[in-house]
Amino acid sequence: MQRPKRKNPVLRTRLPTLPPAARSRVALGLTAAAALGRFELQQCRDCGTVQYPPREACQKCLSVRLDWKAQANGGELVAQTVLHHSNDLFFRERLPWRLGLVRLDCGPTVVAHLHAAVQAKVRVRAMLDRAGQAVIVALPEKENDDMAEDRQLREFTCDPRNRKVLVTDGKTALGQALVKTFAHAGAEIIWVGYAEPWKKFTGFEELEKIAQVTLVPLDVTDSKNVKELAAEIAGKVDIVVNNAEHHRTFGISNRQGVDTARAEMDVNYFGFLRLAQEFGPAMRSRGADGAASAVAWVNVLSIYALANFPPHGTFSASKAAAHSLAQCLRAEMRPAGVRVVNAFPGPIEDEWNQLLPPPKIAPAALARAIVAGLRDGVEDLYPGDVAQEWLARWRDNPKALEREISA
Amino acid sequence: MNVLSHFVEAFSSGRIRVLDLTQTLAPEFPSISLPPEMGQAWPFRIEEVSRYDERGPAWYWNNFSCGEHTGTHFDAPIHWVSGKDLPQNATDSIPPERFIGPACVIDCSKEAAKDADFLLTKPFVLEWEKKHGRIPPKAWVLMRTDWSKRHDPVAYQNYDDEGQHTPGPDVEAVKFLVAERDVLGFGTESIGTDAGQAYHLRPPYPCHYYMHGAGRYGLQCLTNLDQLPPTGAVVIAAPLKIRNGSGSPLRVLALVHE
Repeated sequence: MQRPKRKNPVLRTRLPTLPPAARSRVALGLTAAAALGRFELQQCRDCGTVQYPPREACQKCLSVRLDWKAQANGGELVAQTVLHHSNDLFFRERLPWRLGLVRLDCGPTVVAHLHAAVQAKVRVRAMLDRAGQAVIVALPEKENDDMAEDRQLREFTCDPRNRKVLVTDGKTALGQALVKTFAHAGAEIIWVGYAEPWKKFTGFEELEKIAQVTLVPLDVTDSKNVKELAAEIAGKVDIVVNNAEHHRTFGISNRQGVDTARAEMDVNYFGFLRLAQEFGPAMRSRGADGAASAVAWVNVLSIYALANFPPHGTFSASKAAAHSLAQCLRAEMRPAGVRVVNAFPGPIEDEWNQLLPPPKIAPAALARAIVAGLRDGVEDLYPGDVAQEWLARWRDNPKALEREISA
Repeated sequence: MNVLSHFVEAFSSGRIRVLDLTQTLAPEFPSISLPPEMGQAWPFRIEEVSRYDERGPAWYWNNFSCGEHTGTHFDAPIHWVSGKDLPQNATDSIPPERFIGPACVIDCSKEAAKDADFLLTKPFVLEWEKKHGRIPPKAWVLMRTDWSKRHDPVAYQNYDDEGQHTPGPDVEAVKFLVAERDVLGFGTESIGTDAGQAYHLRPPYPCHYYMHGAGRYGLQCLTNLDQLPPTGAVVIAAPLKIRNGSGSPLRVLALVHE
């Protein structure tokens, strides 16, 4: 993909508009699955029929016992059209728009947005659109290198190619892996924050050598610092990846006082809040700013945000607080079409998880999962075996998980 | 005329100059760093409460937070384990007359420029006394290193893989100043009264250990020591009256006779 032409600075920046966002409660089942990158449709527990669009009862046997279940994503394009006119503000600005009917191998025929390279055989994906609602997108049967650069597909993804990224902490192994992964993914500029510059960190020289990288002093506990950096760059940042984290391994009774817990909250919760207050408004104003608009805000949370891991109890609490705040930010960013992506990794292979047994997710693997999540247009990421297992257990029975991990 | 009215007259006629030995409290100013698993002093942080806006229409004010040992600060004897049981050892119980005292400024700036790990020794102090006279009792001894001129926090902290490299006094010098010169305390321009590598001295952190063990005080992160005469200045250093406080940020002033 060519680097998009520079913006003409004398023209007004287009305001963000959203595709139609209304969904019934039952239809949100498709969104819930798509947020995780899953393709699920309603399936009747009595007659086995898979149906679309979602309804309250089975269209074949009228049973109300319907389950959202993962479905095979293969299908056949049976009809297609190109919209040249729309009364919807979002689509009007993006015409022409290619749509089609896909007969899925699992049964139903669905209306899908069509990738430019789609031919007779397709695979479909439920993806979140700019309104944060699931739609069905038909992709070519076989993956190819420049597939992600499709104009229509880019409206559903948050691909970092040609975009400008802020990674809030370059001092950690994860931060450095993120920078390298974004550089490899074609990010145009990567600002990399580092706090307490007098504390040396390994990898600094290596980061400096990456052409796209600009190192910027950033301590998320310092409101003035966050404000000043935002004043300098917030109007250009397309993707924020907030990986700044304070992690200590204490519960309640094995550490006196609240200093450690407070430091965790100050970075993991208030740091996030400071960043969101200072960078959020500028990003919201650029939600439709051409081919490289502001698109995403990524929070590195923790699987412990779902259920407290008592040996790291105060850390878990700070991540739960950040998770809640991320839901607030998501609601506030949604009108601008800027997606808030939460990553919930299990233990990361780092010094604060030294005493936890493997499997632990490698920083590089987590960084790859985050960039893949942006490309796939998901909202909640559970990268790695531990996170996937905990997610499954949490969805099945949150109370059981609470007991299991506090055992 | 009594002494104070003489003082006021000298002051208003400009014969006494006031020097500010204090660094500005700001979030960028480096904080003391301990190994990350230990408890940490809060760095200076400031949040706006209102600024003539909807949060408070006609007034501007801030909340700030910091540890007792932030920016230019005072160390009370209770700060160190060696001084923990002394009487009058905390910021609220130190007699207020101790907050004013004469200053002897020992210029180590050339030595510190050559060697960041420079240690002030007893012979160095004796050599200074040959030129400037004996250090009087209850005086602040201030070690001038020009370290405060390192405005870049990285150069100021001066860390490498083996820790911090900043100048300070050696064991014998501290013992001599306490036992034989009865000093009020010891002050430096760097972030501690002890040298950056003082953890490896015996005992570790001798200035903290002996000064506070003998009920003496510390001042650190001082600035403008290069503008003080070797002797003759009077230092005013009164910490905040924190109940049982181990120290406090403070404004350190020096009065200099013109």
